[in-house]
Amino acid sequence: MVEAAALLAVEGLNAWYGESHILHSVKFDVKAGEVVTLLGRNGAGKTTTLKSVMGMVDRRAGSVAYLGKQLTGLSSYRIARLGIALCPEERGIFSSLNVEENLLLPPQVAPGGLSIERIYELFPNLKERLKSQGTKLSGGEQQMLAIGRILRTGAKLLLLDEPTEGLAPVIVQQIGRTIARLKAEGFTILLVEQNFRFAATVADRHYVMEHGRVVDMIPNAQLDASMGKLHEYLGV
Amino acid sequence: MTEIFGVPTQALFGQLLIGLINGSFYALLSLGLAVIFGLLNIINFTHGAQYMMGAFLAYILANKAGLGYWWSLALVPLLVGAFGIAIERSMLKPLYKLDHLYGLLLTFGLALVIQGLFRNEYGTSGLPYAMPAELAGGRNLGFMFLPNYRAWVIVASLAICLGTWFVIEKTKLGSYLRAATENPALVQAFGINVPRMITLTYGFGVALAALAGVMAAPIYQVSPQMGADLIIVVFAVVVIGGMGSIMGSILTGFGLGVIEGLTKVFYPEASNTVIFVIMAIVLMIKPAGLFGAQK
Repeated sequence: MVEAAALLAVEGLNAWYGESHILHSVKFDVKAGEVVTLLGRNGAGKTTTLKSVMGMVDRRAGSVAYLGKQLTGLSSYRIARLGIALCPEERGIFSSLNVEENLLLPPQVAPGGLSIERIYELFPNLKERLKSQGTKLSGGEQQMLAIGRILRTGAKLLLLDEPTEGLAPVIVQQIGRTIARLKAEGFTILLVEQNFRFAATVADRHYVMEHGRVVDMIPNAQLDASMGKLHEYLGV
Repeated sequence: MTEIFGVPTQALFGQLLIGLINGSFYALLSLGLAVIFGLLNIINFTHGAQYMMGAFLAYILANKAGLGYWWSLALVPLLVGAFGIAIERSMLKPLYKLDHLYGLLLTFGLALVIQGLFRNEYGTSGLPYAMPAELAGGRNLGFMFLPNYRAWVIVASLAICLGTWFVIEKTKLGSYLRAATENPALVQAFGINVPRMITLTYGFGVALAALAGVMAAPIYQVSPQMGADLIIVVFAVVVIGGMGSIMGSILTGFGLGVIEGLTKVFYPEASNTVIFVIMAIVLMIKPAGLFGAQK
């Protein structure tokens, strides 16, 4: 079987914040329609990897190719317009905007995004709180808002940074179902997670990061067999 | 003659009018400062000089090009705004990653340079600028005489302030601006060209100052020092209202103009200091300003 071409191919990626060299020759790829996770301990460089793809670090070098196009020389707004969207770890809900304004903020970068009705269908809570201040929502609702607002834009590659962090189990399940539905709709998702039990329920493959490097790749089917290794990597 | 609290109504309303006029300029200028500070995190000390440039450009257009008030009102904000954009591109942009203080020092230095250049060319004495013929004269309101031009300044300034507020608080463009004020990196990562937005915002704030300058030219005399005198009070207004709050700067601008005017009636000795006394009290009670949010 011929392997599908990667939608996102990262190779030899180095990144810096100021003088700190965070990523060291990171290599991974994400194929169209896949859900891929980056697993690793705190400080392993997972968030920095997402931000480097998005062009949000001080300096980066190496190759980040999306649909064959090099991203490393582009500023983040140009990268976004190619069809990549980020849901940041701290959620990034704007307190001076109400829920509706937050939801409608990211401009459409390509046709084919979800309609606003579909987003309300995925996250019915949001519809009831449209005029509330964005940051007055509960943590779970803010996470839904942070995911919901990037589904409208037509971006096909979603970078989700720890969407389940600090949320109640029932909300985590809802987010898991949402990720599965998005995958079914043809979205490609690169997910940063610390919770590999959650990751195992949604992902096709897992990359393990340590000290700013990708040290392993585990297909989801082999996750059970790799438990021992994974425990060692994650120290859980 | 009618009196209120022992003060003739003529004097009371006269000072109230002057207060509203001054308040109009405080509001226009502090609004520009607030918009600029919100997005750029730079305290634009050049604001007074840019206001003065607006008045001078109107004077120059009238005397060298024969273009009257209404032409100036349309052209001068564009010209001075473009000048602001050039400054932002060439000098302010490299400072964004540094402390606020650098922006303050640079814009303060620029203000001195610009004022110096105009003083060199035009001297220190005030130059007259004719009021537009359409707005000469005035009307008797029964309790006071209201010059048409002054009424126009108050109405125009209110309209501009409220229009700006509306755009920032109620439109899509404004939601970009508010979001970028909070988290520019994320707004940029959504596909919005934030650096360009920053440039245009600075240009807009500067254009507001220049517009205020044109409107001020027929009321105050045109002189290189006019901006420096006014901007000190405007900074006090901004501190009282709270840096970065749009409606806050508008309300405080008009409010303090009126308070200053009333002080002239009831206790003239304090009229030059009342705004600074209020500033000191506000700083003690609510350091972020009346409408400011703690950052």
